[in-house]
Amino acid sequence: MSRTHVTCVLNGDPIDFLCNDYQTLLSVLRDELGMIGTKEGCGTGDCGACSVILDGQLVCSCLVFGPEVEGRSIETIEGMADGQHLHPLQESFLEGAAFQCGVCTPGFLVAAKALLDRNPTPTETEVRYGVAGNLCRCTGYDKIVRSILDAASRMSNPQTHKEAT
Amino acid sequence: MTTTRTGYKWVGTRPVRHDGLDKVTGRARFGADYATAGMLHGVVLRSPHPHAHIVAIDFSDALAVPGVKAIITGADLPDLSDEFGTGSEGGINFRDLSRNILARDKVLYEGHPVAAVAAVTLRIAQQAAEMIEVEYEVLPAVLSMEHAMEDDAPVLHDDLYTLGLDSPPERPSNISRRRVIARGDLDAGWEEADVVVEREYTTKAVHQGYIEPHAVVAETGEDGRSTLWCSSQGHFAMRTYTTKVLGWEPGDMKVIPAEIGGGFGGKTTIYLEPLAALLSRRAGRAVKMVMTRSEVFRATGPTSGSVMRIKMGARRDGKLVAAIAWMAYEAGAFPGSPIGPGVMTVLAPYDIPNVLIEGFDVVLNKPKVAAYRAPGAPMAAFAAESVVDELAEKLGMDPIELRIRNAVTEGVRAVYGPKYRKIGFVETLEEARDHPHYSAPLGPWQGRGVASGYWFNFGGETTATVSINEDGTAVVMSGCPDIGGTRAALAQMAAEELGIDVHRIEPVVADTHSIGYNDMTGGSRVAFAVGIAVVDASRQLIEDMCSRAALIWDVPREEVEWVDGRAQSVTGAAAPLTLEELASGSANTGGPLSATVTVNPRGAGAGFSTQICDVEVDPDTGLVTVLRYTVVQDAGRAIHPDYVEGQMQGGAVQGIGWALNEEYIFDRDGVMENPGFLDYRMPVASDLPMIDTVIVEVPNPDHPYGVRGVGETGIIPPMAAVANAVYAATGKRMQDLPMSPVRVLEALSGD
Repeated sequence: MSRTHVTCVLNGDPIDFLCNDYQTLLSVLRDELGMIGTKEGCGTGDCGACSVILDGQLVCSCLVFGPEVEGRSIETIEGMADGQHLHPLQESFLEGAAFQCGVCTPGFLVAAKALLDRNPTPTETEVRYGVAGNLCRCTGYDKIVRSILDAASRMSNPQTHKEAT
Repeated sequence: MTTTRTGYKWVGTRPVRHDGLDKVTGRARFGADYATAGMLHGVVLRSPHPHAHIVAIDFSDALAVPGVKAIITGADLPDLSDEFGTGSEGGINFRDLSRNILARDKVLYEGHPVAAVAAVTLRIAQQAAEMIEVEYEVLPAVLSMEHAMEDDAPVLHDDLYTLGLDSPPERPSNISRRRVIARGDLDAGWEEADVVVEREYTTKAVHQGYIEPHAVVAETGEDGRSTLWCSSQGHFAMRTYTTKVLGWEPGDMKVIPAEIGGGFGGKTTIYLEPLAALLSRRAGRAVKMVMTRSEVFRATGPTSGSVMRIKMGARRDGKLVAAIAWMAYEAGAFPGSPIGPGVMTVLAPYDIPNVLIEGFDVVLNKPKVAAYRAPGAPMAAFAAESVVDELAEKLGMDPIELRIRNAVTEGVRAVYGPKYRKIGFVETLEEARDHPHYSAPLGPWQGRGVASGYWFNFGGETTATVSINEDGTAVVMSGCPDIGGTRAALAQMAAEELGIDVHRIEPVVADTHSIGYNDMTGGSRVAFAVGIAVVDASRQLIEDMCSRAALIWDVPREEVEWVDGRAQSVTGAAAPLTLEELASGSANTGGPLSATVTVNPRGAGAGFSTQICDVEVDPDTGLVTVLRYTVVQDAGRAIHPDYVEGQMQGGAVQGIGWALNEEYIFDRDGVMENPGFLDYRMPVASDLPMIDTVIVEVPNPDHPYGVRGVGETGIIPPMAAVANAVYAATGKRMQDLPMSPVRVLEALSGD
């Protein structure tokens, strides 16, 4: 079976890969590229565990075929930290105990980043709808929502945050 | 948020969890994240019928497909006789377990595994599985409890005779067991009652809903030894169960625990593990198997649907004097619903003198149920706590006040036998009553409900090792998978004992070949039982280190004490020795610093929770929205309050889902209609408010820091709390779960 050669940008780096036409972006990330941070919870776009940002848009990578990302830019959980510096969302999730088992966490972080990228100062309700496509069965969402609001506040008032800590 | 008062340095604080960084960066490896070079991919062929004889299976064409390496069916597993294993969530019958792994002569639910295939790619394995020809003789299916319990119902197992009847049954039945608890004199009780409420309640099967599907990689060597990488609530149990089902020796299998992406009881049993192991042995290659979400719904979990009739009587002063509970729980295809804990917990929060509780375990053509967070208790509490609410209304009494008047306290004999030790039920009720939430104003179509819940909690067999590295850091090793922050809690207890920074301790979950036996992560047992072992091991180490300091200083042992992570001379005769100094010089004082402790502790403190729920009901659509929610729960002592709150919040929200949306829906032919997250509707963030928590701390005298389990109790009260709130908002008593919009609309239009 012939495979398709795809060239794209992954977490800022130019890459290329071969995949079957039926293979999802999720499968490409996990099985072809070894990027296991993106999780499969349902394979039908209902749980958000496989969330990635594709050309600035939040998508479920299980609903995108590998060949569709030709020439496009993908952000995954592995690209969220800046070298040794965690993204403020990752810091706030850690400090706010925003996860228990942690399997939905990469998807939540990516979805929250997509939200804050377009709305840096969301209300609680906006946060709740911003991550409504992501299922968490452990936390009841309370600490996730608080941590996203906390990260937003850190990012919009970096100075205040520095003084506070 | 709760502030916890403690005199401790680490216990009761909120450090960043040790495994946190891996989990926010995507590096943590869960079940499906393992891979080995050259591994095969396995899939399961499942029954399309809920009840049928398997007449013949022909997989010759499938096996001939290039790339297919092995195919197994029920004929490849040894037939086991009835034999019960133990685990933290109750007994397990290996004969049934084996037949649930792969069907033999009959399939008993849609999704029941019939064969498994391993091939070089997942796609080839799937295509080959479709080529397997199975000839079925379809049988009438039993899909409701009412039908299953009828005298002339089709029988699933012709060797199943009801246990616990007054006279031995003559014919096989779908009722596997009857459980009875009785005390007092019911006639006298009803005589004394001024108010009586009697109602019937039903609940549907609901799934644990962990986000990570079951996954395993199995590799079997030429010497017959094998290794499993899998996500479970207990890798020792996975080894015991898997080798039992295969007829292999437990010592020949190593199980390496992956991070577990949620379990809630559902990962206390095996499904794929023996299939992957046997396929691997047949093929001589590693085999990876991962369930789809549809498979998870159709063939794992759920917990029981139920039918319950409760009658309760109270005197005018609010004293509960008599109660009858009749309860039937769906077990699914094989016996073993949580009816045992159901009958034990249904009236356990209250001191009622005259009681009759009768419970039935019923098999029918649905997936075999698995443990789900406080198994058997939440549906029982839905029924009992709804009746208590109605009694309070009839008595004109505040529902919390009624509960306080009847609440069990230390020394009271539980309805199921033992006397309660130190418990904090009344304290949770008082905290709820005094919480601002309880007196906050409500608007039109809004209502407030309260409910309480009780759970036993569990101890269990445990091994833990604490070792000191040469730099004075420590490793805390246990064998219980960390589902929600137990690594941090164990490290905090060790830090408190040893007197070192919690982040100089590395908590590790060790595999089956690296530490002694541990029961599963279940029964809310880890912070309690493993905590005891870690504290004991730490204290042994301290004793050892004090002895070594005495040796170095050439003074009697009594002249050395352990203070702030250092051995100190009581007389001040020598400069203190730090952990690092003692560890780096340990070669000269007796060898490495390490202590292993094994325990099987009793006294897992009973857990109680009282919860307050405000809802708003939309009279046009029937939609119930939770506006405000408060969970009050006795944690004994919260080691890491963030993760205690997390358990309370998560349990409550699972209960809210059970109350409002979640249910298994089957079509007329017994095929599950909603095996996906789109149609099996679990709560999402936009459905919910913040979940407030109040941690009550009535220390458990049987744990060095007072811990009692907190993982399960939180899921018990929500369904009744929501139903009582819906009543307060609408005047309608909702007796059937879920309280979906269509049901609420029906109730509202019943005027």
